[in-house]
Amino acid sequence: MNKLRVRQLWFAATLLLSLFLMLIPLPGPLTPFKPYWPALILLYWCLQSGDRVTLGLAFCLGVGADLFDGVLLGEQALRLTAMVFIALRFRSRLRFFPMWQQSLAVLGLLLNDRVLLLLIRVFAGDPLPPPEYWISPLVGAVLWPFVFLILDDLRARLRIHDT
Amino acid sequence: MALNRDDQSPLFAPGVAGTLRLIVYLALACVLMVLDHRGGWLGNVRYGLSIVVEPIYRIAGLPSQGFQAATVAFADRQRLTETNQRLREDLLLANAKLNRMASVAEQNQRLKELLDTQHSLSLNVQLARLIGVDLGTFRHRIVLNVGARDKVQAGQVVIDARGVMGQIVEVMPTTSVAMLITDPNHAIPVTIERTGLRTVAYGSRGGDMLVLPNIPVSADVQSGDKLVTSGLGGRFPPGFPVGEIRDVAQTASGTFLSAQARPAADLDRSEDVLLLHDLAEQDGPPPLAPNAGPPAGMAPDPNAPPTAPVTPTLPKVTSPTTTPVPARAASSTETSPAGTTP
Repeated sequence: MNKLRVRQLWFAATLLLSLFLMLIPLPGPLTPFKPYWPALILLYWCLQSGDRVTLGLAFCLGVGADLFDGVLLGEQALRLTAMVFIALRFRSRLRFFPMWQQSLAVLGLLLNDRVLLLLIRVFAGDPLPPPEYWISPLVGAVLWPFVFLILDDLRARLRIHDT
Repeated sequence: MALNRDDQSPLFAPGVAGTLRLIVYLALACVLMVLDHRGGWLGNVRYGLSIVVEPIYRIAGLPSQGFQAATVAFADRQRLTETNQRLREDLLLANAKLNRMASVAEQNQRLKELLDTQHSLSLNVQLARLIGVDLGTFRHRIVLNVGARDKVQAGQVVIDARGVMGQIVEVMPTTSVAMLITDPNHAIPVTIERTGLRTVAYGSRGGDMLVLPNIPVSADVQSGDKLVTSGLGGRFPPGFPVGEIRDVAQTASGTFLSAQARPAADLDRSEDVLLLHDLAEQDGPPPLAPNAGPPAGMAPDPNAPPTAPVTPTLPKVTSPTTTPVPARAASSTETSPAGTTP
């Protein structure tokens, strides 16, 4: 019982942390390199415990992120829902990929996410973004193995401390 | 065990229920977006949820604040003394300029009083600090630490020591969001200081420059020209520096000149900004002057009975004022013992 609660707390804490990381700015010239943290963390949980991540959760996280962002309510909700759907669909295969293939898959997912964002913004009447717009998915894919390993390690440690 | 868990996401079978749910959620998100884009009620929702959002902004702003504190704490002495020296020189220069301007301003004020105009050179400003929060990719917005409780309103102009930074677009109880002038969705009416040509400066795609896409081909525009706000449009008051033109080229169609300008304000380095309180004059006719004509005491009472003009007004005015006073005093003496007895 206690173990379950700790795990749920850890799950919620990582998701909240991802929202914080999204809000924390990087120093000026590094700004385009910032990865899309909520997506990375949500993907990790998708692969690690797929029964806990549902489309509804992705939607709620996205709406929360939109509230913090304050740009367009529903934008990130749509993006995260679409991404989680694809990830859950291919979860069984993605889990057994070697790390570099997983990174490539994450790159694909993040690029798809950027295309969605581009579509939404163009529909909303914004101009096309500059080329730096496409750097962030690459950074996300490069960071993916580290995110995965660190979160996995932390999870294993928590479980050990718990028992 | 693992196989049992995988029942929920089988290797190849497409889940119809999952797709259906996806469609429902996507539709919901689209509805939200359209409603928000059309109605713009995200601001209201955010205002309601600001109890949650604002502390999170403050916490998320802590790292950048700490970073700045650390740079100050670990900056070597020499750099600090250099900065101090530079600031002193700036202050000296600014004060000297101010002293020279003071007499001119006074003269200007007197002349304007002679001309009976309402413009004034004094600034009514409010200091605000930036909160270091990133509001999404390629969104040129900043968060300030003042809000509706500090009487901030949407549309107020944000400036720093060098020029116009942007305007407030969203107000929450203790924080507010400002759109920078380099946002692609932002436009600011400007005048080229040297020639007086009026045009509009838009934000650029890259987000660090301003674009002036429609200058007439015959216009005299050079790189190095200063841009100041023109005051047209009723949002930005006139005369504030906006930027400096960097290069001028013909547009692809050849019908206009297009110029690039660098913003005058330190958009990515300013920590303290000023909010202007006087909004520019609104469009349309000015409101009626409130105290035109004789003072209100001398005006006849519109509620007075029609017989009033016949009889002399002086005793009539005094008699109603004298009668309520004893009545009120009597009532107060009645109530005060009642209040003390229980």
